[in-house]
Amino acid sequence: MKTRRQFHKLMAVTAAGLAAPAILGSKVFAQDKPIRVGASVSLTGPLASTKNGQIGYELWRDDVNAAGGLLGRKVELVIYDDQSSAANVPAIYSKLVDVDACDVLFSPYGANLSAPVMPFIKQRDLFMIGMFGLAGNDVAKHDKFFHSGPWGPNSGRDWARGFFDLAKAQGVKKIAIINADLEFSKNAAKGGADVAKEYGMEVVFNQSYPPNTSDFSSMIRNINAGDPEAIFIASYPADSTAIIRGVKEIGISDKVKLFGGAMIGPQYGALLGSLGPELNGLVNSHTFVPEPTMQTPAIKSFFDRYTPIAVKQGVDPLGFYIPPFYYVAGQLAAAAITGSKSVDPAKMAAFLHANAVDTIVGKIAFTEIGDWKERRVLMVQLRGIKGNDLEQFRNPGHQVILDPPSLKTGELAAPYNKARAS
Amino acid sequence: MLSIDILLNAIVTGILLGSVYASLALGLGITFGILHIPNIAHPTLVVAGAFFVYTLTQWGLDPIVAALIGLVPFYLLGVVLYAFYSAVFERKGGANVLQSLTLFFGLSLVIEILLSLGFGSELKSVSVSYIGSSLKLGVLTVPYRLLIPALLAPVTIAAVWFYLSRTNSGTAIRAVAHEERALSIAGLNPASVKRHAFGIATATAVIAGAALIMVGPIEPFAGRYQIGRVFAIVVLAGMGSIPGSLVIAIIIGIAEALVSSYLNPSWSPGVAFAILLLGLALRPQGLFGAAR
Amino acid sequence: MRKNSLVFLAGIVIVLALGFLMPWLLRNPFYFFAGYVVLQYVTIATGWNILGGYAGYINFGAAGFFGAGVYLSAFLFTSFGLPLPLCILAAAIVGAILGVLMGYLTLRIQGVYFAIATLGLVVVLETIVHNISGLGGASGMAVYGPRPPAWSPGPSQYNFTVMVVIAVVSVALARWVEISWIGRGLRAVRASEDAAECSGVPTLRLKLVACALSGAVLAAAGAPYPFYTSFVEPVTAFSLIIGLNAIAMPLIGGTRTWVGPVIGALLLASVQQIATVTISSELNILFVGAVLIAFVAFAPGGISDLFGRKKGRARL
Repeated sequence: MKTRRQFHKLMAVTAAGLAAPAILGSKVFAQDKPIRVGASVSLTGPLASTKNGQIGYELWRDDVNAAGGLLGRKVELVIYDDQSSAANVPAIYSKLVDVDACDVLFSPYGANLSAPVMPFIKQRDLFMIGMFGLAGNDVAKHDKFFHSGPWGPNSGRDWARGFFDLAKAQGVKKIAIINADLEFSKNAAKGGADVAKEYGMEVVFNQSYPPNTSDFSSMIRNINAGDPEAIFIASYPADSTAIIRGVKEIGISDKVKLFGGAMIGPQYGALLGSLGPELNGLVNSHTFVPEPTMQTPAIKSFFDRYTPIAVKQGVDPLGFYIPPFYYVAGQLAAAAITGSKSVDPAKMAAFLHANAVDTIVGKIAFTEIGDWKERRVLMVQLRGIKGNDLEQFRNPGHQVILDPPSLKTGELAAPYNKARAS
Repeated sequence: MLSIDILLNAIVTGILLGSVYASLALGLGITFGILHIPNIAHPTLVVAGAFFVYTLTQWGLDPIVAALIGLVPFYLLGVVLYAFYSAVFERKGGANVLQSLTLFFGLSLVIEILLSLGFGSELKSVSVSYIGSSLKLGVLTVPYRLLIPALLAPVTIAAVWFYLSRTNSGTAIRAVAHEERALSIAGLNPASVKRHAFGIATATAVIAGAALIMVGPIEPFAGRYQIGRVFAIVVLAGMGSIPGSLVIAIIIGIAEALVSSYLNPSWSPGVAFAILLLGLALRPQGLFGAAR
Repeated sequence: MRKNSLVFLAGIVIVLALGFLMPWLLRNPFYFFAGYVVLQYVTIATGWNILGGYAGYINFGAAGFFGAGVYLSAFLFTSFGLPLPLCILAAAIVGAILGVLMGYLTLRIQGVYFAIATLGLVVVLETIVHNISGLGGASGMAVYGPRPPAWSPGPSQYNFTVMVVIAVVSVALARWVEISWIGRGLRAVRASEDAAECSGVPTLRLKLVACALSGAVLAAAGAPYPFYTSFVEPVTAFSLIIGLNAIAMPLIGGTRTWVGPVIGALLLASVQQIATVTISSELNILFVGAVLIAFVAFAPGGISDLFGRKKGRARL
């Protein structure tokens, strides 16, 4: 089998050498085996809300195949459910590589699920696109790993720096930090505390709380006692709801200028719909919002096709946060394959290191360890939300981009209490 | 940080949360405390109750009204569950603990998965007018989101306690735990008394479910985080002491609130169990129970 | 008895030999990843059964012991570079201590309190791990294992062989407990604790021994896990799935002999490994739940009782 594959590769190289672009998609290649792309998605378990990413993968596959495939070969997805458990990841990726013979790998969602696969791909020298894992490659430093997410370099500390830049511009001196005891939130809070120190802010309150905490009233009172001017919150969907409700019930000082930062939840339709106007004034991180500086025909067409599928599958009908970047993962792999005219990990990686790639979320260039050269995490302020209708979030003006400056679509409305009431 | 209003507020929050825990534990107090059936599926039944309430509130009903409507179907569910339980075990001359624990463990898994297949894994919450505002009493700020569910507990507990101690069928339930044969002699069928009791216990799950979903959003696996607390309450109260369980639940609630106010919230999940382990080691018969 | 023991010994030697040779015979690493998980569950089920099966004391906290083993070994390796065999040994010792502690606090009363307390053990240990920054808390802890020794072709194969050894030792231990005076005493406890106590069986001491052995095996099962995933974090180390399987596997296989948990684990873990890459995991758990109910209700003796004995009466 191996010799046959090598033979095909040889054929491909020879043919490409003879008449490079003209022959792509012709019958010589169409007979070849499909290119297999392997991934593990959390279809069940606590991270099941990320499963809408799979729609991004599938739309990409359909687009590529409709255009004749890659190097004339069809693209095939092999996807398994990791049940949101890191314990399942090693066996799944071994199956993808050793049994299913995948040419390209996409990582599981997030850093905790990706961590088990890093030593494996490094040891076997495989090509992988990382899905949303913060600082996923900072330990392994594998040179064939590329992030599809916009965290940027030094993401462990810096990804939420935008929030602190805004705080600094407002002259904030005292900041409070709270986080859920879960990987993403904990790293966000730790990074946040470092950045705050760098900017000479005093961290007056810094606490973590267990997942499934349903009452934050005592925590909010303690925060108020510390008298901060900004509150950086790294939370998960259930606690995001509880915190926002808690603030409404207990109240918060008029001195607080910025509130939010790294709350997971207000990016998703479920929470935007259930909390609606209660979210006004929140300044929070995001990866994509339909503001004029980000809207392109390509991404609009992506969402036009995403939404009906999502509605049918009963997942987030908005899907701003994750799905576009799953499509981007496919585009990165496609660029690497067509650009290097091979599925050889070293050649694909060399291409991505040397060339910036055009994707539906813009042009992406990579550092040596596969981070985006430029951080492009958005800090958006939620505004003017009326009622619980989800459709309003498809229009500009409700998720105003404050940071990065290159994409800015509005100024911060502060203090929080005033922005909240608007 | 040590100011008097934070302390007072923490204590009040603790009392309210404790009261909610008490309604979660009420059904188990009957099944485990009185009938000695270790129904570890009870917290999952509460979550099922919460989903029932959620479904009705989608049609515009108030969660408390929804819970009252749910009493009948949940009572029947409990009767069916007990019928299955006794069909499996009683014919073999009584269940051993291992088997009944495992049975209910399997049952809770099945319920959880059915809920997650039916409702998805997204969080569900109810929105009612009184959620989001609070009652201000001097330095105290009491959210209605906690206050209303917390008031449900004493009312239900009082109702159940009145039923158990003042009515004939209630007395029969308490008697069945002590002396089954005497009950038969008195002309009552122990199996049907137990079935009735199990039905009542399961019916309380829907009220607890309403309380739970008012406090915060719910997902199908939320019951797991309550198992520890709920058993701690029933065991420490001294099996079968229902008013005692309210006191213990409030003690646990206050302890958790103080730990999260003054130590760190990330220690609070361990509080209930630390209290349970200490309690078992020091006073195994429970605080309100007679020595066994 | 003597003949049985010889057969058992021969079986052990064959399995061990296979554990060392297979990595050289079978090229595809996937089988060692999947095989590791199956063997891990053989160990867990066997460990659980020493207390749960022989003595009838149900332990919902298998994940607590397992997670303690996982974290101890990850900590000892990353901080002191302790070699894996010593990590396993240390995990076993701590598991035993934890078992005795747990037993001492709760076993003097009724079995049901023990079961409830074990539910809490997981929560308490998980809370502790969350709050110790040296263990990485919620962000977890990366564990880059050592190079495998020369007699093993790669890390996944090495982990597999290590797990074979642990599983074999655990099963041998369980069998020894079963046929020794401990097993006889525990069976008496299971049949009727009061009767056993009255006829002079040192019930508390026996139960504590069982707790210690069971805890040691469960923790040892977790010790190689950090090297298998190269990463530990509290949610998976204390996963409910482990506690669930620890109970389901012996119950399905049969709890009265050492064979039951082995059969149950081989069966259920293999099905789950295949199911992970085929059907949705929700249906997977639903299936385990339904099977669990079915076995408790209709075949309390498990598979080994259904097929093994001639006309096995469902004895308890």
